[in-house]
Amino acid sequence: MEYSVIILLLPLCMFLFLGLAGHKLSERVAGILGTIGLTIATVVAYMVAFNYFTMPRNAEGVFETLQPINLEWLRFTEHLHIDLGILLDPISVMMLVVITTVSLMVHIYSLGYMHGEKGFQRYYAFLSLFSFSMLGLVVATNIFQMYIFWELVGVSSYLLIGFYYTKPAAVSASKKAFIVTRFADLGFLIGILILSFFTETFDFATLMSNPTSLVTETAGMTFMGCSVAAWAMALIFMGGAGKSAMFPLHIWLPDAMEGPTPVSALIHAATMVVAGVYLVARLFPMYCAVPEVLDLITWVGAITALYAAVVACVQTDIKRVLAFSTISQIAFMMVALGVAFNTDLHTGLGYMASMFHLFTHAMFKALLFLGAGCIIHAVHSNEMSEMGNLRKYMPVTHITFLIACLAIAGIPPFSGFFSKDEILTAVFEKSTFWGVWMTAVAGLTAFYMFRLYYRIFWWSKPTYEHHTPHEAPMTMYLPLVFLALVTCVAGFIPFGEFVSVNGEAYHIHLDWSVATTSIIVAVAAIALATWMYLSENSKPKALADKFRALHTAAYRRFYMDELYMWVTHKIIFQRICRPIAWFDRHIVDGTMNMLATVTNSVSYGIRKLQSGYIQWYVWVFIMGALLIAVLAMCF
Amino acid sequence: MNFLSLFVLIPLLMMLGLWISRDMKQIRTVAVIGSTLLLALSVYTLVEFLAERAAGNTATMLFTDSRMWYAPLNIHYAVGVDGVSVAMLLLSSIIVFAGVFASWKIDPLPKEFFLWFMLLSTGVFGFFISVDLFTMFMFYEVALIPMYLLIGVWGSGRKTYSAMKLTLMLMGGSALLMIGILGIYYQSGLHSMNVVEIAENGNIPMNWQYFLFPMTFVGFGVLGAMFPFHTWSPDGHASAPTAVSMLHAGVLMKLGGYGCFRVAIYLMPQAATELAWIFLILTGISVVYGAFSACVQTDLKYINAYSSVSHCGLVLFAILMLNTTAMTGAVMQMLSHGLMTALFFALIGMIYGRTHTRDIREMGGLMQIMPFLSVCYVVAGLASLGLPGLSGFVAEMTIFVGSFEHADTFHRVLTIVACTSIVITAVYILRVVGKLLFGAVQNEHHRELTDAEWWERLSAITLIVCVAAIGCFPNWISDLIRHGVEPITNLLSQAL
Repeated sequence: MEYSVIILLLPLCMFLFLGLAGHKLSERVAGILGTIGLTIATVVAYMVAFNYFTMPRNAEGVFETLQPINLEWLRFTEHLHIDLGILLDPISVMMLVVITTVSLMVHIYSLGYMHGEKGFQRYYAFLSLFSFSMLGLVVATNIFQMYIFWELVGVSSYLLIGFYYTKPAAVSASKKAFIVTRFADLGFLIGILILSFFTETFDFATLMSNPTSLVTETAGMTFMGCSVAAWAMALIFMGGAGKSAMFPLHIWLPDAMEGPTPVSALIHAATMVVAGVYLVARLFPMYCAVPEVLDLITWVGAITALYAAVVACVQTDIKRVLAFSTISQIAFMMVALGVAFNTDLHTGLGYMASMFHLFTHAMFKALLFLGAGCIIHAVHSNEMSEMGNLRKYMPVTHITFLIACLAIAGIPPFSGFFSKDEILTAVFEKSTFWGVWMTAVAGLTAFYMFRLYYRIFWWSKPTYEHHTPHEAPMTMYLPLVFLALVTCVAGFIPFGEFVSVNGEAYHIHLDWSVATTSIIVAVAAIALATWMYLSENSKPKALADKFRALHTAAYRRFYMDELYMWVTHKIIFQRICRPIAWFDRHIVDGTMNMLATVTNSVSYGIRKLQSGYIQWYVWVFIMGALLIAVLAMCF
Repeated sequence: MNFLSLFVLIPLLMMLGLWISRDMKQIRTVAVIGSTLLLALSVYTLVEFLAERAAGNTATMLFTDSRMWYAPLNIHYAVGVDGVSVAMLLLSSIIVFAGVFASWKIDPLPKEFFLWFMLLSTGVFGFFISVDLFTMFMFYEVALIPMYLLIGVWGSGRKTYSAMKLTLMLMGGSALLMIGILGIYYQSGLHSMNVVEIAENGNIPMNWQYFLFPMTFVGFGVLGAMFPFHTWSPDGHASAPTAVSMLHAGVLMKLGGYGCFRVAIYLMPQAATELAWIFLILTGISVVYGAFSACVQTDLKYINAYSSVSHCGLVLFAILMLNTTAMTGAVMQMLSHGLMTALFFALIGMIYGRTHTRDIREMGGLMQIMPFLSVCYVVAGLASLGLPGLSGFVAEMTIFVGSFEHADTFHRVLTIVACTSIVITAVYILRVVGKLLFGAVQNEHHRELTDAEWWERLSAITLIVCVAAIGCFPNWISDLIRHGVEPITNLLSQAL
């Protein structure tokens, strides 16, 4: 399947071409070129997926892992070298399909959404760069290749968040996103260094052939009470937590909504933010060898899920609601991975559930964001208070948005129900405590999504004085319809047949006790949301007033941003950088200047010896001779 | 005559040509022809070198030539190159080439400027081709002196103070170096100044090594901006004219790293293994300290000067790790830092030439006014913060992987401390990019400014292409350098 390299090369060529020559092209040509490039890539990705999954399984009933291309890129030592290549296995092929599909939808959608924007060509160049990097990330054959593309998606995200670079909010959001994820990547890098030092390889295939090698190599070595293997894997997870916006490294994602909405749909909902989940899944057998790290992942995921869901309930900016919802949903995937504690088909159910949810979530969350884009396009605002009753004006957006809301709330037969049900089943199998916790979060999800839905499409009608909102152009609503269709049917894909923790076919069956509970909870939450938000009333305000402190805290996202601001500005800038700069100017440099000053003043002092007055010389001469004579007599 | 001597001869002939040229056009013609020839020559050297190596020539130095110069002290004019020097020659010629175009409109006294500039290049090229300690030292001094005049006459700001400070501090370094070189000459027991000979046959007594190693290392370390001897760098760079900043940060600071590597460690491996820890701490401080200092500067050149302290600190840090991978990374970092800092200083010079300020608080939104320069600035910034696909990434990763090969806690902790610089670098780079290029236009008068002219574009594009070439295809350059580093690490492993 060497031809799979086309999937990567086409977006790369498009980036180079549009980046270097884009300004010479018209807006239309650039957009269409970019879209055509990605369409071909998508078709090839589908062909790869089809050929891959129709290949016969091997003797153990597992799909072969293929490496059609693997070239040495940079050699460090005999064992350690970075290769660039393509790895095809069930999860990477699944990711290829997800990324190309969502990216293609966003390319088409942006033709309408970004129409007439300054820098349209640049926008398409960056989209191509992002697609290239993200695709390179998922097909990485070794952990360092993953790190390379990890950084590249980071920078494409930076460039796209800061697309409206004249807006100060967008500039600072892009900076924040880059620096927070860079900080997490530091952990990732150190994790890779430890991992590669002990296992002497970066290669995934070699690592997977003996997943316990790290543990055996570092046996008995501890650092601060934890084993070195646990440290390495936890540090690698830190990289994933940064990219996937896990608490407490989530703070960049809500701000990233300053970017154009299609970008939020592509990068900050469907693809890049799940890279962390993908990373853990990629190294899953190694995580199984260090169960304490899996517990850490469960804790981080569960706390993030609840935190983000609570915050999402009170946000008023529709993109922020969706951003927090994304954080919460990714946390679901993390929890699912955390509770899957070995590579057995049943106890490892969480792995399959996580990947399944990743797939369905990518589709319905992209749909939600693109729908939100249509709404913002129509009312020119992100604020809920500017919206209401839009179902009359935007029927297509309304229906597709409703489908996505039902899917994320976990109502059958939409895709989210099936994947979420698998996750809850897996969690309940590990522990009832986490099961109840995550079911409660699922309830909150249904509530805040329907709060959002009712506030946008029902509630009262504000008077649209200046202009009447109208449905978006066809380039914008066609992707909505396509994604809505996928959301309706994706739940019925026999996902377990393709992806499972050890590669063997797994027949998905619903656990009715879990499914019934989660449906009841979801329906109850939706009913509550209907009661509160169907038409304009004072119930939400009264409730907010009653719990003023909690409401404000949640609205301010529990002051996490303030905490970060305090640490970065007051501690790092004021207490570290400034003193160091001062020390450098006044102490280090001061010493050098002092040396010069002392030299100067000494020479100024002794300069008088050479005054040029002959009398003075004679006097010194005589006095000196006398002194020597006296000394000679004494001794 | 050995063709390596052309590296010294061409700049000298250019000086002659400049001396007889009468107007700006002739000066430019001479400068462009000469720098192009140098570039071609260094590419030719690279090709010849690779061909020789491929043909199986495994000598430490290739294309060697030696002429007796002063018999009583057995001083030779001896030349020869290995993989590391070939890489450095390539770097120098690229930066001289870009520097000529960056100073296209130098004013006043263009002729004298280029004369001194070429003398500086003579010193730089001579240093990299020399294998004789004395000629090496002589070329080193030849490279330092023109700096004083170039900054003092064509500089800006507190130029007299800066020129004096820079020259005095570097001269202080060369005084230590002189002691070191004489010590090596008298103690090696060979009565020879040839580096390779001393390294292979010399036997400097241990107690002398303990004295001479710090002398030579600090002597070169001053030029490599090692903490606490780095303070000439911010002032010096801030006052220097564009092309001089480029050559200084791009090449001259590399002389320090190259010298530490070629003289201090190569000739005294035993002392190096024993004393490395002291200098590791100092350079480790440089890396983080420079980066933190850069975070709060407001002058573009100061930011870059402190960033250079951090990056060059990493070069010395990696050299002191004393293994093949880290040292290869160190030389790659020299190349990478040389190219991208030259690019930074070129761009800062071009921006300063238009806005007449380097204070980031007085500028903003330049992306709307001069898109070409701004995009180049973003690329330089991304290279500096280590974006894969540009040169900084490959160098830093080689250094980190190499440093992590040491299994003891001391080296581990220092490596992790050095790793944190990738985050701090991102902070100060994005801070500048955000303030300077993005956001609203701060000063309405800036709206009338123009974007880059063709010579400025040529200068910037040359450097960007090289940065991207190393970043995208690092393996050949890494192999080239590794072969140059291996003789040294072999000696080191014997010393252990």
